[in-house]
Amino acid sequence: MSKVEFNKETGPREVFCGLTSIVWLHRRMPDAFFLVVGSRTCAHLIQSAAGVMIFAEPRFGTAILEEKDLAGLADAHEELDRVVNDLIARRPEIKTLFLVGSCPSEVIKLDLATVAEKLNKRFFGQVRFVNYSGSGIETTFTQGEDGALKALIPLMESSDEEKLLVVGTLANNVEDRFKKIFRNLGISNIESFPPRQSTELPKIGKNTKVLLTQPYLSDTVRDLKHRGCEIISAPFPLGIEGSTEWFLAAAKAFKISELKVHEIISPLINRAKLALESHKEILKGKRLFLLPESQLEISLARFLHNECEMDLIEVGTPYLNKDLMKEEINLLPDNTKIVEGQHVEKQLDRVRESNPDLVVCGMGLANPLEAEGISTKWSIEMVFSPIHGIDQAADLAGLFSKPLKRNQILTSKTLVTH
Amino acid sequence: MELTLWTYEGPPHVGAMRIASSMKDIHYVLHAPQGDTYADLLFTMIERRGQRPPVTYTTFQARDLGGDTAELVKKNIKEAVERFKPKTLLVGESCTAELIQDQPGALAKGMGFDMPIVNLELPAYSKKENWGASETFYQLIRTLLKEKVSSSDKINPLRWRELGRRPKVNILGPSLLGFRCRDDVIEIQRILSEQGIDTNVVAPLGASPDDIERLIDAEINICLYQEIAEASCEWLKRNFGMEYTNTIPIGIKNTIEFINEVHEKLDLPLTNKEELENKSKLPWYSKSVDSNYLTGKRVFIFGDGTHAIAAAKIAKEELGFEVVGLGTYSREMARQVRATAKDLNVEALITNNYLEVEDAMKKTAPELVLGTQMERHSAKRLGIPCSVISTPMHVQDVPARYSPQMGWEGANVIFDDWVHPLMMGLEEHLIDMFKHDFEFVDGHQSHLGHTATNKNNILNSDKKTEKNSKEGIIWTESGRAELTKVPFFVRGKVKTNTEKYAILRGIPEISDETLYDAKAYFS
Repeated sequence: MSKVEFNKETGPREVFCGLTSIVWLHRRMPDAFFLVVGSRTCAHLIQSAAGVMIFAEPRFGTAILEEKDLAGLADAHEELDRVVNDLIARRPEIKTLFLVGSCPSEVIKLDLATVAEKLNKRFFGQVRFVNYSGSGIETTFTQGEDGALKALIPLMESSDEEKLLVVGTLANNVEDRFKKIFRNLGISNIESFPPRQSTELPKIGKNTKVLLTQPYLSDTVRDLKHRGCEIISAPFPLGIEGSTEWFLAAAKAFKISELKVHEIISPLINRAKLALESHKEILKGKRLFLLPESQLEISLARFLHNECEMDLIEVGTPYLNKDLMKEEINLLPDNTKIVEGQHVEKQLDRVRESNPDLVVCGMGLANPLEAEGISTKWSIEMVFSPIHGIDQAADLAGLFSKPLKRNQILTSKTLVTH
Repeated sequence: MELTLWTYEGPPHVGAMRIASSMKDIHYVLHAPQGDTYADLLFTMIERRGQRPPVTYTTFQARDLGGDTAELVKKNIKEAVERFKPKTLLVGESCTAELIQDQPGALAKGMGFDMPIVNLELPAYSKKENWGASETFYQLIRTLLKEKVSSSDKINPLRWRELGRRPKVNILGPSLLGFRCRDDVIEIQRILSEQGIDTNVVAPLGASPDDIERLIDAEINICLYQEIAEASCEWLKRNFGMEYTNTIPIGIKNTIEFINEVHEKLDLPLTNKEELENKSKLPWYSKSVDSNYLTGKRVFIFGDGTHAIAAAKIAKEELGFEVVGLGTYSREMARQVRATAKDLNVEALITNNYLEVEDAMKKTAPELVLGTQMERHSAKRLGIPCSVISTPMHVQDVPARYSPQMGWEGANVIFDDWVHPLMMGLEEHLIDMFKHDFEFVDGHQSHLGHTATNKNNILNSDKKTEKNSKEGIIWTESGRAELTKVPFFVRGKVKTNTEKYAILRGIPEISDETLYDAKAYFS
């Protein structure tokens, strides 16, 4: 690990808070509702990040705190009770209700755990209540998913059955592909967490082998370990290399030979390499700067360098769990500069000084950088697009080659005047 | 506590950001956690700005709460001032910081800067975005001009004569994330200039603190959007005697009324009144015969106060529509909206709940909806044409082309924007009408989508009732054939009337003759 350069930075940050992860979590579990207990800012944040208007009635909402709720906590609990009753009366199809803490609810110490406990008793057999915090004073962007999954673990029954548990939200089509490949490898008992229905939680125990699809699940991993699960150490399934190592690690845990893995995935790899070529042509030798946001930055940097031959200027990450990221960091090239945390102004100074070909950043920064002549890719797209697995490697590369290609088209003169 | 699935307005500090981002040489230090930085995307993505909003967020974290968050505020203020060198500093807090009471404004004032500092106290748990914008603009003007209050005489709106120059006015209210403000400003300046009136300052859009200090060089203020500028105009009137306009120049009648009002306030004779009637194509387009079909079209209106009230007037008096619903999400404008609704004999809907708006829309069964982007979506689900007239902003509301709402060109834009969706509605019926013709290519996609359950969709209702109406009346083949020959736009009415007649007379089967009998009976 010593070959990588670690830095820490503090200062003003430009990142989403954990509430944002509701945007993909609610799609994964259509029978669940996410009720943020927060302010108008929280409601405005989620609708701005999600473009909510396309839903007649979305499966998430905000119980907006008002002045009278701040005056006395007892009243706030009562008010929340009333809001939940109204909501359940209106939406009887809800099976699980997530009470999601926010910055203001954390600061006034609104005890959502107690509220959830009371509600669980009252609605026993009808709706289950869990709580977690998506507040920006504790969580960044994808960490919201970590909180939501961790909150579900106590509801998972125990079982000593041997199984592969794939953990982290995946696009449904990607999940189906993975399951098919695992079955071909000879692993038949596979479950996903989060499941597609909030009520169909997998059972877990000492023979559960956990394979992570996302790098931001530190707390979930810790609690799964406490329940006796074995965590399979692997890089994350982004790109051909990461996915191959990921399958190999799973196979090893199930005592399946490497030979068998290669036999199954070689055709996929060959196909993917072919598809990757045209993107690599564009990305090769281009210099990349990743600003912190999704915690996918290290895996993306590994993929874009090792498989697309991009040069890494700086890899920002909002938070670094060196243990979880061990396998990824080992695959990074020498002297990679990782910066944990952020001082957005100083970081933007470094962006300008280093004159990168492409910057991965949040939506607030993309157009201003473009206006300065710097090509960008917004990081939020990474959590909305199916990017995992060997079959998706070219699509993942495409997310980064497209802005460069577009830039090329718009600055070139290809048609002569006749 | 209020359950909110979607909100028309953001929190008040977003309103403050709208003022700061609209202006030059201003910086806003916002004591707020990291998630609040999402607000930048409103400006950089929706408004497509190529600059970041001039905002430094302190982004305090849970671990800071045990320590000294006040020190963190000061550190951020110091860095922001050194880096951005603003001429005026705004300091405030978002909802969470309001709870920890660090009083960042007071801290900033104690740091020994020589620039003016505006301490923004925007109660996040009771107020919303437009109020925040209005309060910020007002506090900024007050801070920059309060020292001149005692030393200045009241401004005489007629002084331009003595000074031997054209009259000067300020245009107050246009801001980023305001509906078509960018183009309204150009249109209004052009109109004023044609009338021999100069624009002194436009603010907040494009203004610097220096410009705010020169506001009192003008004779009167134009209050372009009451939501944002009325409090400021009122303060300038109270302290400097500056009169301000009340008419919002949206629509022909209001634009003319506005010009009149400006002339009266400046005691400038209006010599080209007749000419004004012909400045826009709206009056003639509305009078031309093909607009006859607009008469009495049922229209439902919802938006911010300024645009909803103006839309109601245009709909009723300039296009000949019937206003069947009027509402706003701006509580601050509720009184005016209620008054207009009363004049129109409808009940005003004052709400921030889009589901209530959708319900009201269903109940009033309009033929056209004029609303926000949210009403556009609701109308789409209901199969009703819609035109967007108000914020909250969507990337579509910042068109590349010149597209004001105010003045002559604004009236042209409004005619096109409101009438085209209706024409598309007609087109929809034509598609129904001609879909059995052999030239018709199936799969023609119209903008309304195919799942829409418009009750005006004659074909769908035909299908249900032609064979067997709900009262058990049978349409015979000859009856059905005759019905299809009836022009589509009256077919629904003919069908209902014929069935009503059949029930009245106890006729079990409707033939072609029954149709004519019914026609004669009801004529």
